[in-house]
Amino acid sequence: MADATLNTPARSITEARGTKPKRALSGRNIMIYGTLIVFSLYYLLPLWVMVMTSLKGMPEIRMGNIFAPPVEITFEPWVKAWSQACTGLNCDGLSRGFWNSVQILIPSVILSIVVASVNGYALTFWKFKGSDIFFTILIFGAFIPYQVMLYPIVILLREMGLYGSLWGLVLVHTIFGMPILTLLFRNYFSTIPEELFKAARVDGAGFWAIYAKILMPMSLPIFVVAIILQVTGIWNDFLFGVVYTRPDLYPMTVQLNNIVNSVQGVKEYNVNMAATLLTGLVPLFIYFVSGKLFVRGIAAGAVKG
Amino acid sequence: MALRRPNPLFRNLAAKAAAVPMILATLVVFLGGTIWTVVHSFTNSRLLPRFNWVGFDQYDRLWESTRWIVSIQNLMIYGSLSLVFSVGIGLLLAILMDQKIRYEDTFRTIMLYPFALSFIVTGLVWQWILNPDFGIQSIVRGLGWESFTFNPLHDPQLVLYGLLIAGLWQGTGFVMCLMLAGLRGIDEDIWKASRVDGIPAWKTYLLIVLPMMRPVFITTLVIVAAGIIKLYDLVVAQTSGGPGNASQVPAMYVYDYMFQAQNLGQGFAASTMMLLSVLIVLIPWAYLEFGGRKHG
Amino acid sequence: MKPFKLATALVASVTLPAAAFATELDVTHWWTSGGEAAAVAEMATAFDASGNKWVDAAIAGGGSTARPIIVSRILGGDPMGAFQFNHGRQAEELIEAGLLRDITAVAEAEGWKDLINPPSLLDACTLDGKIYCAPVNIHSWQWLWLSNAAFEKAGVPVPANWEDYVASAPKLREAGILPLALGGQAWQSAGLFNVLMATIAGPDVLAKIYGEGDAELAAGEDMARVFVAAASARDMSRGSNIQDWNLATNMVITGQAGGQIMGDWAQGEFAVANLVAGEDYTCLPGLGVRSVISTGGDAFYFPVIDDPAITAAQDVLAATLLKPETQVAFNLKKGSLPVRGDVNLEAANDCMKKGLEILAAGDTMPDVNMLNTEDTNNQLNDLFVQFFQDGSITPEAAQASFVRIVETKD
Repeated sequence: MADATLNTPARSITEARGTKPKRALSGRNIMIYGTLIVFSLYYLLPLWVMVMTSLKGMPEIRMGNIFAPPVEITFEPWVKAWSQACTGLNCDGLSRGFWNSVQILIPSVILSIVVASVNGYALTFWKFKGSDIFFTILIFGAFIPYQVMLYPIVILLREMGLYGSLWGLVLVHTIFGMPILTLLFRNYFSTIPEELFKAARVDGAGFWAIYAKILMPMSLPIFVVAIILQVTGIWNDFLFGVVYTRPDLYPMTVQLNNIVNSVQGVKEYNVNMAATLLTGLVPLFIYFVSGKLFVRGIAAGAVKG
Repeated sequence: MALRRPNPLFRNLAAKAAAVPMILATLVVFLGGTIWTVVHSFTNSRLLPRFNWVGFDQYDRLWESTRWIVSIQNLMIYGSLSLVFSVGIGLLLAILMDQKIRYEDTFRTIMLYPFALSFIVTGLVWQWILNPDFGIQSIVRGLGWESFTFNPLHDPQLVLYGLLIAGLWQGTGFVMCLMLAGLRGIDEDIWKASRVDGIPAWKTYLLIVLPMMRPVFITTLVIVAAGIIKLYDLVVAQTSGGPGNASQVPAMYVYDYMFQAQNLGQGFAASTMMLLSVLIVLIPWAYLEFGGRKHG
Repeated sequence: MKPFKLATALVASVTLPAAAFATELDVTHWWTSGGEAAAVAEMATAFDASGNKWVDAAIAGGGSTARPIIVSRILGGDPMGAFQFNHGRQAEELIEAGLLRDITAVAEAEGWKDLINPPSLLDACTLDGKIYCAPVNIHSWQWLWLSNAAFEKAGVPVPANWEDYVASAPKLREAGILPLALGGQAWQSAGLFNVLMATIAGPDVLAKIYGEGDAELAAGEDMARVFVAAASARDMSRGSNIQDWNLATNMVITGQAGGQIMGDWAQGEFAVANLVAGEDYTCLPGLGVRSVISTGGDAFYFPVIDDPAITAAQDVLAATLLKPETQVAFNLKKGSLPVRGDVNLEAANDCMKKGLEILAAGDTMPDVNMLNTEDTNNQLNDLFVQFFQDGSITPEAAQASFVRIVETKD
């Protein structure tokens, strides 16, 4: 069993799951694509509304029909959202916080995924006394509303001397990403045959060697899921970004919030939509790039494993 | 084969050192923070956390509030529907996506893109689409079906379903990804074996593959459930908890009282109740998961 | 002696070259929409002219979003140089905890006591005889905005007061017009009710009930009339399928709705739509029943920071905010009224001028925020959003709940 798994940890990229029919217009295909297309319409309808709204001027939006394409196309809302919308004195739109967001995103995603995957690995293959209890508390942590923890963490960071710094924020993202990511990795790793692990131990591989050489290559799909989750969560985070840093480090979501979430004053829905779509582009890009790894990762695993 | 028993000391040390961040985070933040919250729920803290003991006053007030009671009922209805549909739709889509289809990247991106957008705008867009005066209802009426009525956001009986449509739109793509990762983690030999034995695909899924995906289901359940319990932004943006109090949720009560009403004590009491209910579900699960089972 | 010294210091910092004294002061506020941001820019320009530097840290979303951020930074030991709050009872605890600076010296040097009109604004900044904040503007809630086109279409004259308006509601309905637009968010319902209370029962009743917790009055005859009026407002607003206040205003702008009760910030929407006050729309302060406006608004607070340069800059900022030029420039852009009576607002439009007249005549009342804690306001929100959305709640039952909130308020 161990050998078989080592040689073919999973199917290769060219092999289909399930049954094999290749006829183009079989009833089965109609059902598959039909269902996918119906769902795609459900997912795309709001996108249509957002894009159309973002291309209209405010007078046209006041007129009503949200589904209608713009009579007069204007790209002004996009320009405004990106480079002109004011946040108080600073009228440089979303572009202002963009690099801050990148600066926050990269270390936070990397650190949180590394820490959580190592946690999951230790919890699956290197259990220690009481590890189940820690894991249970961690899962419990997934359900704690963030806002409740706001002030205790302020005090904690202040005592550590990290309050207001980038690393304080990275730490917070790592901690709050930990429950769900650890669960994700632990549960995925637990589907990997233990024989594989035992064989590596017999060969004399240590803790880190097994992690880096065997587990990582086999687990690309779950790393992709973790990346999707963290990139979204951290890129869209607003509260932690403003509560734990200083104005010069404020992420892009502060500008997004300022554009979208003004309570009084005039609401510019077209700019709101453009700003949201612009902000969503980075996670979208990463989903698209990393999503391909869903398939490729397994192929890589087959070569290395 | 006592593989997990102490071998050379430094190897276990590496494993233990690797677990230090987790241990610190659980003890200091999650456990410490929870205790801090529970303790302060017995005080009359307002804008700032303070230590004026008032016993169960905050809880008395909490359970007298109709808004809180409605919030809990809503969470139960919305939560169970959302859980069932998220997992159901996510699994269905993942299985379809795993049939070696063309344009997999395109379909995946279409399903996943809502996950990249902020809840605030998600709520706003769905509020528009479901608005009777310029959304779906007015379009269908414009097509000649004058009596068509579809106004979920302004009907207290239906408003939760209006939220559900938006919530599923945002989150099912991610559940699909989790399920897809689960499906792709399953050994191809199993499929080969079942094909050799002539077992139909649906039966292989139902009887072999899905039971093997138990860990993925647990992950999904926790992620979806944690999202449901924290449900806040979407409701604020889409219905503001209305009409009246018909779509209030507990997290909204917690935040409103903590930061809008400046009554931290009341917010802490409400979140303590939420955490308590999570514990009631979690402890039996942990017992089943770790208590009776032998890892192997 | 001390005030004199301070005054010279202020003068000095204003006149000396910028480079020598440039202190950066980061300021947190929640004015982020177009007009608001332009208004803030006026303040910043005035402050920068003093040789210091305004570092802007705007957070949209109003108090509930900004509050945890402000409190966190103060608790985290890294406070901002100044922050905006609604003046009223919100900052009491920070003051009591010794986290905010006493700016009485600046106030005395600048003679705020004699300048600020109405004086209640300064009272809201005062705790135990010391002044802790600088009020910058006045916003009032008691406005009824009416669409002239809607009434024309319904064939009734534009009403001049609340009773006429209620009487014209059936005609509006017949013409397919929603009589009263009301957004679904809780604060709008409670705001509407408080306006009815201030105009129908009168500001004194409101001050007694909210200020002193007079439960007997809350259960009395005057309030019963207010609840009946609220019930008719509820009937008139049935069919408002919107959440945001500005969508409600938009219904008035487009003539789909007859009117809306909303604060003076609604004027910005009319202005953006190029509507002219008096011709396209009508504004009735105090609902045309009682000429009174509340004087809520915003104020700036200054956290204690152990750095003489910052302390000096905070003093300069506080003084700058209330200078006549700043007041005029800021309030014209913001659409609010200035806090001092001695400035000239010629550029103001019709509705704003009506507000200024009422202010000059002294027909003002304290804002609900100054009387109630936010906790009480939140309870009122919960009650009234339910009342306005659920037609089965009788005015009597709602009044009984209202009395319970008043009894337990602090």
